[in-house]
Order: sequence, then C-alpha cells, then structure tokens
Amino acid sequence: MKRLLALLRRYWTVMRRPSAYFSLGFLTVGGFIAGVVFWGGFNTALELTNTEPFCIGCHEMRDNVYEELKTTIHFTNRSGVRAKCPDCHVPHDWTDKIARKMQASKEVWGKIFGTINTREKFEEKRLELAQHEWARLKANDSLECRNCHGFDYMDFTRQSPRAAQAHSTFLADKQRTCIDCHKGISHRLPKMASP
Amino acid sequence: MTLRAMRRALLCLLLAFAPVVPAAPFTDVMRGNTALDDEPRPPPLMNQENKDIRRNRAFAMQPPTIPHRIDGYQVDRNANRCLGCHSRTRIEETQAIPTPATHYMDRDGTLRGDISPRRYFCTQCHVPQDEVKPLVDNAYQDFEAISRAAAKAGAAAPKKK
Repeated sequence: MKRLLALLRRYWTVMRRPSAYFSLGFLTVGGFIAGVVFWGGFNTALELTNTEPFCIGCHEMRDNVYEELKTTIHFTNRSGVRAKCPDCHVPHDWTDKIARKMQASKEVWGKIFGTINTREKFEEKRLELAQHEWARLKANDSLECRNCHGFDYMDFTRQSPRAAQAHSTFLADKQRTCIDCHKGISHRLPKMASP
Repeated sequence: MTLRAMRRALLCLLLAFAPVVPAAPFTDVMRGNTALDDEPRPPPLMNQENKDIRRNRAFAMQPPTIPHRIDGYQVDRNANRCLGCHSRTRIEETQAIPTPATHYMDRDGTLRGDISPRRYFCTQCHVPQDEVKPLVDNAYQDFEAISRAAAKAGAAAPKKK
C-alpha cells in the first residue's frame, strides 16, 4: 500500500510538470500522436453511432420506424439507391452533427427509461416526435433532403405537371421547403387534427 | 319435423340424385386457366397514369377517376393524404378539385362540418388508372351516345301523322 502510494505520488509529480522531466520534442511529437489517436478514436466511435445497424439495434426503432421505412420509395426502388436512417436524421457537416448528437442524449434517456418501449407508447408519442423532426427540417431548410435532392438539378419537364407547378413556384422562391409538403414520406403520419 | 329440417332433407335428396357433371378444365377471365388452389403469377406492376388531365365520366354518377399517381398515399385513421390537397380549406393553395358537398353529408343527408366518415376512404370509389388494355371486352355505351344516335335516327325517318 505504501509502495503504491509512493508510485502514484511519483507519477503525479511527473504529470504535474511534464516539461521538467521530458524534452519539448518528445512532448510535442507525443502529444501530436496521442491527439491523432484520441481524435481518430472519437470520430470512429461517433461514426459507429451513425450507422443503420446501430439505429435499429434498439427494438423501438427496428419495430416501428424502420418497418415503416421498408414500404417506401426511400428503401426499395427500381435503381436500388436508398436512404439510411442517418442520411435523413443526422446532419452531414461536422459541427451540426455534433450539435445533433448532443441533442440525441435525450434519446438515450428515453431508451433507458423506456419512454416508447411499446407500440402503444410509441403511437402516443408519435406526433410529438414527428413535430420535432418537422421543426428541425423546417429550420434547416430541409438540409437532409437537399443532400440528395438538389433543387438546381431538378428537371421540371420530367416531373408531373402538378409537381412541376409546385416546385417551380413556392419551392423556387423559398416560400416553402421540402418538408412542408412531403411530410410522412418515409414513415407513417401521426394523428393530426387536420391533414 | 320442422319446416327447416324438411327442407334440408329435400335438398339432400336432390343433391344425391343430381346428375354428375364431368370436371371441365377450369378457366376464368381474370385467372386464366390457373387452378383455384394455385397461385397465379401476377402481371408486372404498371406505372399509374400521372398526366393530371381529368378524364370523362362514363355516366352521370360515376366517381371521377384519379388523374395522378397515389403510390404510398396514407389514408387511415391518423391521416388522409388526399385531403391534404382536396379538402375544402386547401383548395386555394393547391388548386385541387374540392370534395363536393355530398361528401360532407351523413346518410340522413345532414351536412357536417368535416368529411363524412362514410366518404373518408377515397379509394373505395376513386381510383387511379393504368395505361393498359382492358382484360375484358366491354360494349358499354354512354347514354349520351345512345340518345344522340336515337335522335339522329328519328330525324332521318319520315314522320308519321
């Protein structure tokens, strides 16, 4: 016990003033390498939480929203391009992504306390959850839609007259954004007062 | 013996002496010659017409067909995607055809403020169309065509006094 304490004290004195014991070059290079390792590790772990298997690792996501996604064009279609959970629900830019991930700590809370751990509870909460996503997409001008669907590259002549009319008027002059009309495109709509 | 039991006995007797019909190869206009206990191979899905051009109605009370695609439109107790454009209050914005007053009436003919529950499930009457050859021939003639032909025939024939 005494020896252990002495060892800890020795480490503490070294760690408190490392420049007195190690060379500047060692500390700089060592610090750089350690930084790369930690940063890389952090980002790898972060990216791991940004994959679909991670999202549907919880039955709440797998049995509700993922099942619903499966029936839509964003899951299966003629060309086989598909959207995975984080494509729409996590911003792609780093700062925005970190901000979203911090918000998502609430979801960890929900998971631990079983806020939506049955279908009934999920249906009960669906409107609130959907409204959060709608508000988020409304605020960022449907950024996650636009990551794939670029307005500048839309060919109105290839759209149906109805779609072309809507896209060339209030989408073009930014009165509306994608989510204003395309709610419920990947998951079922919640019970709303007026459709 | 009750009347029902007597009737049943008579039916059994009739069936027992019924002539035996040889099993003809099963054919059906829609199923082809796929047997009833077989599962037919469905024809490939077509693209629904999406031209947004309203079609004629074959008769006065025909529910108009939908001139656009409705793939994946959610119509259930939670939401009605059709009414997102076709409801009374969305017309100015979307320029869609409004649901007529009959759709706000209950079965007693009383006008309600909202769509009547019996009219809520749009695709019970209104359906989109595919650009395909009809499976069954149809000699249906519009009333207007018939009456016009009759009127023409009447005009051509000399009038009797």
